[in-house]
Amino acid sequence: MSALTLTLIRVAFLAVLWLFVIAAIGVVRTDLFGSSGSPSRRARARARAQQAPRQPQRPPRQPRPGRSTPRVLLVTDGALKGTSVDLAEQQITLGRSNDATLVLNDDYASSRHARIFPQDGQWIVEDLGSTNGTYLDRQKVTRPMPVPVGVPIRIGKTVLELRR
Amino acid sequence: MLIFAVAVVGFAYASVGFGLKGRLPSGMFTYLLAFIVIMALAHLAVRRFAPYADPLLVPVAAMLNGLGVVMTYRLQEAGRDGNPGANVNGHGLFVPMNSSATLIQIFYTAIGVACFVAVLVMFREARTLQRYTYTLGAAGLFLIALPALLPSSISGVPGTGAKIQISLGGFTLQPEEFAKLALAVSFAGYLVAKRDALALAGRRVLGIDLPRGRDLGPILVVWGLSLLLLVFESDIGTSAVFMGMFVAMLYIATSRTSWLLIGFLLFVAGAFTASKLFSHVGARFSAWLHPFTAVNIQNSAFQLVKGLEGMGSGGLLGKGLGSGQPYLTPLVQSDLVFTGFGEELGLTGLMALLLLYALIAQRGLSTALMVKDPFSKLLAGGLSFMFALQVFVIVGGVTRLIPLTGITTPFLSQGGSSLVASWVMIAVLARLSDTARRPPPQPIQEEGLTQVVSLQ
Repeated sequence: MSALTLTLIRVAFLAVLWLFVIAAIGVVRTDLFGSSGSPSRRARARARAQQAPRQPQRPPRQPRPGRSTPRVLLVTDGALKGTSVDLAEQQITLGRSNDATLVLNDDYASSRHARIFPQDGQWIVEDLGSTNGTYLDRQKVTRPMPVPVGVPIRIGKTVLELRR
Repeated sequence: MLIFAVAVVGFAYASVGFGLKGRLPSGMFTYLLAFIVIMALAHLAVRRFAPYADPLLVPVAAMLNGLGVVMTYRLQEAGRDGNPGANVNGHGLFVPMNSSATLIQIFYTAIGVACFVAVLVMFREARTLQRYTYTLGAAGLFLIALPALLPSSISGVPGTGAKIQISLGGFTLQPEEFAKLALAVSFAGYLVAKRDALALAGRRVLGIDLPRGRDLGPILVVWGLSLLLLVFESDIGTSAVFMGMFVAMLYIATSRTSWLLIGFLLFVAGAFTASKLFSHVGARFSAWLHPFTAVNIQNSAFQLVKGLEGMGSGGLLGKGLGSGQPYLTPLVQSDLVFTGFGEELGLTGLMALLLLYALIAQRGLSTALMVKDPFSKLLAGGLSFMFALQVFVIVGGVTRLIPLTGITTPFLSQGGSSLVASWVMIAVLARLSDTARRPPPQPIQEEGLTQVVSLQ
C-alpha cells in the first residue's frame, strides 16, 4: 500500500466524516425552516404549498376582508395592553398555559380560559370552564356568544376587543 | 442518515486495516455486520415506539459509537501481529489490550442499544419518570456510594487510587455513569415540584434571592453527599459534571442568573480548596499549569504531555487511521481517546467529532425548548447540558484548557458503563423529543397565520 493511497484514504475519510456532519446540519436546517433545498427551491415549494390548498377552498368561503369583518383582536387593558392578534381562519385560545394562542399574563385567568373562533362570518367567544369567568361587555359568557366589533371581552384584568 | 453513519464507520474500519497492514482487516465484515444489525434494531425501535423522535439523535450516536469501536479495534491491534505497538521507543506504558476488546465493545454496544430500546418501550410518556423522583434519587445516591463502601479490592482502579468501579468476575461496572442519569431525573422531578417556592420565596441577601432552606434542603443534601462521595472516590471530573448539571437545572427551573454565579464561585472555591487539601488533586493542578517541568513530565503530567504530543503530531489532517502512534499515551483507549483521534484524524477530524457532540446537545436543548411540560423541559435541558459539560470537561482536560480529570468521552471511550449510560440518555432524549414533536391530536392548520404583533 503506497503512501499516496494512504494519504488519499485519509483525506477521503475526513471528507466523508465532514459530509456526515454537513448532512446532519442539513437535517437541523430542514427542521428549522420546513422544506429542504436551496432558498429558491424552498420559495417555490412554499409558493406551491400556498397555491395547492387555497384554490379548492376559495369558492365556499365568503368574500374575505369585507367591511364588517374584524381583522384583529386587540388587548385594550391588562398586563398585555397593546398586544394584538391577527384574526385568521382558525380559533384563538386564550389562557395562561403556554399552548394558548394568546398567553395571558393574568393571575385571574385560567390556564385554558376561553376561545374565540369564527363561524359563518362571525366571531364567537366561548368560555372553556374558567374559574373566574369570561364577560362579554357586562354579561357573563355561559354559552358560545357572537362577538360584535368593539365590544369588550373581559378575562380577569385583561380586556380584549375585536377591531376592524 | 443512519445508513450514512454506518457507511462512515465501515470506511473508518477499512481505513484502519489499510493503515496497519495495507489490506482490509480480517474479521471486518463480522464486526461491521454486527454493528449494522444493532443499529438497524435501534432504528426500528425508534420507528416503532417513538416515531416522532428527533431524526438525528440515533444516527449521530451510532456514528460516535462506531468510531469508538473502530478506535478500540485500532488500539487492540497495536503491538499485535507485527503492527507497530506498545514497545516502540522503549515506552512500555500502554497496557496491551485484550485481543477481544473490539468484540467486547460491540457487545456493550448491543447492551446499550438493548437498554435504549427497553427505555423507549417502558416509558411511553417521559412524564411517568416523574413518579420515581425520590426512588431514583435514592438509587443514584446508592450507586455513587457503593464503590466507596466496598473494599478497594473490588472497587479500586488499579494504579490510580480512584474507587469508582465494581469488579465482579472480570466485569467492571462504573455505577456513577448510571447514577448521573438517575440523579438528573430526580433533580428534575424535585425542582418541578418545588420550582415556585425556589423562585419566589426567600430572603434577599446581597442582591441575590436565596430560597427558603426547607425547600432547598433535601436537594442540597443529596448534592452535597454525592460530591463528598465523589471526593472520597477521587473522581473530580464526575463531580464537576454533577455540579454543573445541578446548577444548570436550577437555572432552567428558576431562570435566576444568580444561580450560575453562585454555582461557579462555589465550584472554583471548592476546587481551589481541594487542590490544597488533597495531594492528588493538587498534583492534577500542577500537571495542568506546568506540564513540561522535569518532575511533572515524568510523573503526573506524563499522560497529558503524551496526549498533547499525539495531537500535535496529528496536525491538521492527522496521520490517518492506523498510521499514528496513539498507543504511546497511557489510557488512550478510555480517558484520552480524544487525543488518539486527534493524532489519527487531525484537527479536521476532531472538529467534526466536536460538531457531532454539539449536535446531540443542540437537539437535546431544542427538545427542551419545544416540549410542553416543565418536568420534561428540565430533564431534556439537564441531560443535554450534562452531556455537553462532560465532553467539555474531558476534551478541555486533554487539550490542557482545564485540569485533566479522568472521565469518559461519551460513546468514544472504550468501556461498557459509559456506553450503556450514554445510550440510555439518548433513549430518554428520543422519548422526550418524540413527545415534543408529536403533532397535536387535532392538527391546527398552518401555523404562522396567527401572529402576535405589538402595536407600540
